[in-house]
Amino acid sequence: MQPTYSVEVQDITRRFGQFVAVDHISFQVEDGEIFGFLGANGAGKTTTIRMLCGLLLPTSGQARVEGFDIYTQTHEIKQVIGYMSQKFSLYDDLTVAENLAFYGGIYGLGRAELDKAVQNAMSTIDLSPYMNKLTRDMPVGWKQRLALTCAILHKPRILFLDEPTGGVDPISRREFWNLIYDLADGGTTVFVTTHYMDEAEYCNRLSIMHNGRIIALGSPQALKNEYQKNTIEDVFIHLVKKQIE
Amino acid sequence: MTADIHCDNVAKRYGSVAALDGLDLQVREAEMHGLIGPDGAGKTTLLRILCGLLFADSGRIRLADHDPRTQSRALRAFLGYMPQRFSLYPDLTVTENLRFFADLFQVKPDEREKRLQRLLSFSRLGPFSERKAAALSGGMKQKLALSCTLIHTPRILLLDEPTTGVDPVSRREFWDILAEMRGEGVTILVSTPYMDEAARCDRISFIHKGKVLVTDAPANIPGLYRQQLLEVKTAENVAAARAIQADGGFSSVQVFGDRIHVSAAGDAASMRKRVQACLQQHHISIEEIRPVPATIEDVFVELLR
Amino acid sequence: MNSRIWTILRKETIHIRRDPRSLVIVFLMPIMMILLYGYAITFDIKEIRLGILDQDRTPASHELVHDLTSSNYFIVSGYLQARDEIAEAFLKRRMLAVLVIPPGFSADMGTKAVTEVQVLVDGSNANTATVALNYIKSFFVARSLQMNAEILRSPVNLQPRVWYNPDLKSAHFIVPGLVAVIMMMICALLTSVTVARERESGTMEQILVSPVRSIEIIIGKTLPYVLLALVDAIVVVVFAQMVFGVPFRGDPLWLLGFSLIYVYACLCFGIFISARVATQQIAMMSAMLATMLPSILLSGFIFPILSMPKILQLLSYIVPARYYLVIIRGIMLKGIGPVHLWMPALFLAVFGTLLLMISIRRFKTNLEG
Ligand SMILES: Nc1ncnc2c1ncn2[C@@H]1O[C@H](COP(=O)(O)OP(=O)(O)OP(=O)(O)O)[C@@H](O)[C@H]1O
Ligand SMILES: [Mg+2]
Repeated sequence: MQPTYSVEVQDITRRFGQFVAVDHISFQVEDGEIFGFLGANGAGKTTTIRMLCGLLLPTSGQARVEGFDIYTQTHEIKQVIGYMSQKFSLYDDLTVAENLAFYGGIYGLGRAELDKAVQNAMSTIDLSPYMNKLTRDMPVGWKQRLALTCAILHKPRILFLDEPTGGVDPISRREFWNLIYDLADGGTTVFVTTHYMDEAEYCNRLSIMHNGRIIALGSPQALKNEYQKNTIEDVFIHLVKKQIE
Repeated sequence: MTADIHCDNVAKRYGSVAALDGLDLQVREAEMHGLIGPDGAGKTTLLRILCGLLFADSGRIRLADHDPRTQSRALRAFLGYMPQRFSLYPDLTVTENLRFFADLFQVKPDEREKRLQRLLSFSRLGPFSERKAAALSGGMKQKLALSCTLIHTPRILLLDEPTTGVDPVSRREFWDILAEMRGEGVTILVSTPYMDEAARCDRISFIHKGKVLVTDAPANIPGLYRQQLLEVKTAENVAAARAIQADGGFSSVQVFGDRIHVSAAGDAASMRKRVQACLQQHHISIEEIRPVPATIEDVFVELLR
Repeated sequence: MNSRIWTILRKETIHIRRDPRSLVIVFLMPIMMILLYGYAITFDIKEIRLGILDQDRTPASHELVHDLTSSNYFIVSGYLQARDEIAEAFLKRRMLAVLVIPPGFSADMGTKAVTEVQVLVDGSNANTATVALNYIKSFFVARSLQMNAEILRSPVNLQPRVWYNPDLKSAHFIVPGLVAVIMMMICALLTSVTVARERESGTMEQILVSPVRSIEIIIGKTLPYVLLALVDAIVVVVFAQMVFGVPFRGDPLWLLGFSLIYVYACLCFGIFISARVATQQIAMMSAMLATMLPSILLSGFIFPILSMPKILQLLSYIVPARYYLVIIRGIMLKGIGPVHLWMPALFLAVFGTLLLMISIRRFKTNLEG
């Protein structure tokens, strides 16, 4: 069967002034896949994700998300995506419950739907000890949990996670990934960036970026075989170091 | 040897929540000491108290014989601190930010040049030296913040999860720099969620619920593990892990990158049989299965259980 | 109501509630400004320090001085003996004006058609000097009329009377204007930072990936402030009334209704600024700049619009305070009702809505600079 694509990127480029942040990249993400979007700092990962979410306009190139064109159908795209930005971007002066209610409301969930969605997420990520605390008073790892929960309340078809586990302890990172697997099992496509290379092993496929270009693409096993390394971390370091020289 | 950082029965509450609850910690001079523990264990609170940004409710604290509460001015002369969220000046360029901090810490010109080169090689920010900090990527901002902290050589360095968002290549080089500073006699206390970073420390303290549960050298940590550990490798680790978990006969099943760690109180041979039977039932073929020594992360998981 | 607008509105209300310090400023700042400006910008000069150089020294000249100083506007701060003392008195700021009654004053009065006295005024503060001169002039006009009438027994008896503000107290005139200026500033400040704040903290990024439309964000962010600003307006008016005793001849409910339209227009002005600005700091400065000076200078608050150059007169048409000034002075001082005020009110409503619509159009739903 021909795979259907959740994300199709054709030759997309983004400049900031003279600087080329994303340099003619192309790739596809299959429906229901966990796609690891790796890369060195400043490689252009966040910029690419922002273009796919309709937050930035490409300088050139074509891309579709869930079949919708990123130039003309941003409103349709916004209905079906979930996004967790790299920088924490929930309201610090709202409590956890208020943040959840706000994002539920923004996506048009009713009270009952919201409760159900929160209950659902809480089976893996238990926010209950912090429910009535101000978000600003939570440890970083817990803020990340809240942000992830807010991003999946409306059951998006594709979830963009920009370093969701930054600053999260190892045990909680596993919980995150359990949740990610549950979502993927339920048919959600997950597009995730991370600098934790053990997490890279959990992805179905990986791309590795450097200086705006994709320098490797394939399943973790295939990449390890290709570069004859034991871990993705070694593959990553090997590839990036080669680029720097 | 006398401790350079000394915490004795330190407590700190936020309202009804005890962030630190009788914490004891000794960090030796010129030691690289790692703080690990779950989110909310009290690591950030501890570091803030040590540098005098917060005051402990009770307990005795000394950094190089200084009380951070009453002698914070004297302390700051030889203390370096990088908070979890370090804010740069977004409208200054990379160079201007670095120069500002070098001036602030009165770094001597010749030393400044040497240090700058070293930091730019780790951060790979050289080509972007004229870019405003606001236009940097998340990881680049973090690396600039680290560079601003390391532009001078303090006697004691406190770092709160310094490498969040930093890519693996830069992360290694950053730890090389830390190791060099430690070699020059700097005492370093660093919290981290990365177990491979913890493994590079001289000693690690494991913090949980505001207390230090264990302090030891990384090499001794696996010895704390009480159970038998099996490492399993399959083509479908996630499905396999779930199947073994569902079996119910094991106390812990964790996916570690491309392998699964299964632990139980029993002996290796019977565990292996049980895992094999379980996976056969689910038609998952095993590529490798063997008993292994515990990693720091395994101990972390066990301590929390 | 659209549930997303409701969601945003509720969140915004929480922000307001959780920030008591800003709330204090919102209520304290207008009160401080009313006090400060109310007392500082007053054109009434009471107790003009008057020096007397009486070279006549007759009962008639004494009577003149007595009449002049019994009006409350003047106090005699000294008697001079010779002309050359005048300059020194001015230099030392002991006197603001000197009345010179020449020798033969009382003799002239009976015989000549014109009796002369001389008034010297310290012109170093032109404003005060003009006011003082006007007082003195009107005193003599009234006095001449009175004397002439006595002599001629003329049937014409001119009795000047000023309407609406019979004592010509400038506070009555200024305080309603102040309300207009202050409300404009506060409202614009309130909304100008709301959008910019979210852009700065990064929370906007998370909203922009959701299907929320600009109109929902803009309206949801403006509405909660309408109530806040209206309460603020009431506090300001009541306070000004208490302190300065400004008369309130019209219907307070109508004033409330029209004020609602005014704060709406002002809040929309703030949102208009916020829609494109990247940082709170710029938003705040723009709001201050764009509201304070025009509201003070071009609204007719201090300088009559009719005496401005043509170009400024035209400019004054887009200053919302201009319209509210007509409304609030009309209701408070003249006691007139909506029949006479619907025009400025309509303009304010249209002005606000127009700005709101432009803001919605201009609002960027992405992060492009
Ligand atoms: N608004 C902007 N103006 C100028 N340059 C920008 C802007 N935003 C991003 N860049 C540059 O584009 C490049 C790519 O940035 P991006 O944030 O996409 O990197 P990233 O791969 O997400 O890195 P990280 O791992 O550090 O998050 C960087 O060099 C960054 O400095
Ligand atoms: Mg990024």
